[in-house]
Amino acid sequence: MTAETPRRMALSAPAARRSRGIHAGQTRTAWLLILPFLLVFAAFFTVPLGYSAYLSLFTSKLVGGEVFSGLDNYSRALHDPHFWEGLRRVAFFLCVQMPIMLAASTFIALALDSQRVRGGKFVRLLVFVPYAVPSVVATLMWGYLYGKDYGLITQMFDAVGLHAPDLLSPGSILGSTMNIVCWEFVGYNMIVLYAALRSVPNDLYEAAEIDGAGQWRIAWSIKLPALRPALLLTLIFSIIGSFQLFNEPNLLFNIAPNAIGSDFTPNLYAYNLAFRGQDNNYAAAIAFLLGFVVMIVAFVVQGVTNRKERQA
Amino acid sequence: MRNLRRTTMAGAAGATSLVLALTGCSSSGDGNGTKAPAKALTQSEIDKAMDTPTTITFWSWLPNIQDQIDLFEKKYPKIKVVLVNQGDASAQYVKLRAAVKAGQGVPDVAQVGYDYLPSFTQTKSLLELTPYGADKIASDFVPGVWSQVVQNGGIYAVPQDSGPMGTLYRTDILSKAGVDAPATWADFATAAQEVKSKTGAYITNLPGNDMPQTLGFFSQAGASLFTYDGKTTVGINVDNDVTQKVVAYWQDLIQKDLVSTDPDFTDAWYQGLSRGKYATWLTAAWGPTFLAGSAKNTSGAWRAATLPQWSAGQNVSGNWGGSSDAVMAATKNPIPAYELAKFINNDPSSTIELANKQSLYPTTISTLSSPAFTDAKSDFYGGQQVNKFFADVSSTVPQNQKYVPFEDYVNSSYNDTLGKAIADHGDLKAALSAWQQQLVTYAKQQGFSVK
Repeated sequence: MTAETPRRMALSAPAARRSRGIHAGQTRTAWLLILPFLLVFAAFFTVPLGYSAYLSLFTSKLVGGEVFSGLDNYSRALHDPHFWEGLRRVAFFLCVQMPIMLAASTFIALALDSQRVRGGKFVRLLVFVPYAVPSVVATLMWGYLYGKDYGLITQMFDAVGLHAPDLLSPGSILGSTMNIVCWEFVGYNMIVLYAALRSVPNDLYEAAEIDGAGQWRIAWSIKLPALRPALLLTLIFSIIGSFQLFNEPNLLFNIAPNAIGSDFTPNLYAYNLAFRGQDNNYAAAIAFLLGFVVMIVAFVVQGVTNRKERQA
Repeated sequence: MRNLRRTTMAGAAGATSLVLALTGCSSSGDGNGTKAPAKALTQSEIDKAMDTPTTITFWSWLPNIQDQIDLFEKKYPKIKVVLVNQGDASAQYVKLRAAVKAGQGVPDVAQVGYDYLPSFTQTKSLLELTPYGADKIASDFVPGVWSQVVQNGGIYAVPQDSGPMGTLYRTDILSKAGVDAPATWADFATAAQEVKSKTGAYITNLPGNDMPQTLGFFSQAGASLFTYDGKTTVGINVDNDVTQKVVAYWQDLIQKDLVSTDPDFTDAWYQGLSRGKYATWLTAAWGPTFLAGSAKNTSGAWRAATLPQWSAGQNVSGNWGGSSDAVMAATKNPIPAYELAKFINNDPSSTIELANKQSLYPTTISTLSSPAFTDAKSDFYGGQQVNKFFADVSSTVPQNQKYVPFEDYVNSSYNDTLGKAIADHGDLKAALSAWQQQLVTYAKQQGFSVK
């Protein structure tokens, strides 16, 4: 009773009216302030998305033009081996590349946070630099390193008298791509994880030390659990990034044209459909389908990890 | 990974907004340009148009075409030409198609490869040039090249350059192996053995990413792969006895590891040319200048010869590459547009520059026989008159190379089938059949009837 009285008083008529008045004014200002964003958002996000969705419902032919075809493009995509092959490839890419990358990022973040690395700031910068290099430059650079007859890696193998592997062959190009992506994004993920570690309150460490925990124990019992939300974030980004793999294979195509087909990844396939095959409608359908797949995977991963967290 | 700003939906939007950019605005662009006059224009009508201040736009991917435009503007001071370079050929086709579709921003004149002309006539995007006098310049050009710009009796462009094929070979490597420049494909296979065992070099490189070169080989062997009636019927015959014979020949050399299969125009390939990895380059008439620029250290070692022949005593070449300047149907200034296309590719002051300065292989008979072109001797080729040599080759190109209106797909499908089989040292014959099948499926899907 006593606790309810002040609350009921606050809700008395004049006070409520006044608060509604302020509220409405604030709302108007808020809308006004986000209007520029909303306009841009609508013009460059919602409208193109809607238009693409609309396009994906048509079939355009070189002879006969555009006709409405409902969900035909989607059912065609669901039966398209090129689409599934690309999806399978990026799924495999994700399963191999992401754990390696995240493990490396976590390890470096923990090492840097332990304060035992000499020149920590410099190392941090060094690991992060690849992320600042545009992926176009990174891919071209690695392409040169991989080169079969002239690349640095080949030269190194030759120098010690070993037979150099062809890193740009159809069999190894996926692995070579994984390496490039790892190189690019280990630093980025490391920074995210490192930032999360820095926000762990110091008293936890002090308490642990008083309890006699060593650095490994601290890492395992305090730091890793503290990293969980950040890890989940990097995980989700990695999933999205993997499914959208495009830049690296598209650029490697110029260096190894026969190792990368037009359907190497779903995004590349959609691009080639639109720009080489002139089939924009089908490309739009593929893009949407890919978007759905990514959403489902991201959703499932998030659901699973959240449940685990709740259990923990 | 990647980028914080990128979310799931943003990704889908990214991919799809590309699509949007392509298909944006209204769907059909034809009909808002000039209707071709029924009768041929009189000279006074042309003179009047050329004396009226006009600005026209010209899309070309040639790096130095401005030099020839300057010549044109000097001759016709009232006409101003705005040159737009969209990057390379494939980038320009994408943008040109988008402009045509949008019905906006279409240039007056555009450079178009012979293989892509049907893609643009199919959408009625090119102006038929007979009323503007194009039929009168036909006899100035090499017949085989001129036939590339003619479709069903209509003239749709002015030829700019061509690529009659020949062999460039390393005299030092061949003489070390004790063989002459191979006259027939049988000789070529024998020489391949000798070259490999005695020098370690490959007789040549067969790239898996260069359909136009393969099409040249097919054409030389007498295969006619495509037909197009200019409307809705295409003929697709890439899998036939002749092409099977050609791929079987290469299959054998590849399997014996006598021919390398590096993708061409890549770093590995440039290195291969400089390092003597390949004893020959089966190339086109634009090849000699190109090679002289990219394998400087091998200067003096190269010579030019005809392509190996399928039977002794023959003299048949093929064509690899080449492009034309077409007038877009959407132009509001068809007369100056046509005059520009004609001037650049037909006026002797311009064509000799195209040939000598920009190493475009000439298409006019007068330039091909002009001493300023043929007498050039190159130290790179040990003093051989390479231009003169290829001038003789250009009359031996068969006229069996036609194209379909979906050349982009033909090319990417080639890379996924036959090209891939070459690169992977796989089954070329089966890949040829797969290519045929993909093309037929695609053509039917696009609404063509397939013969």
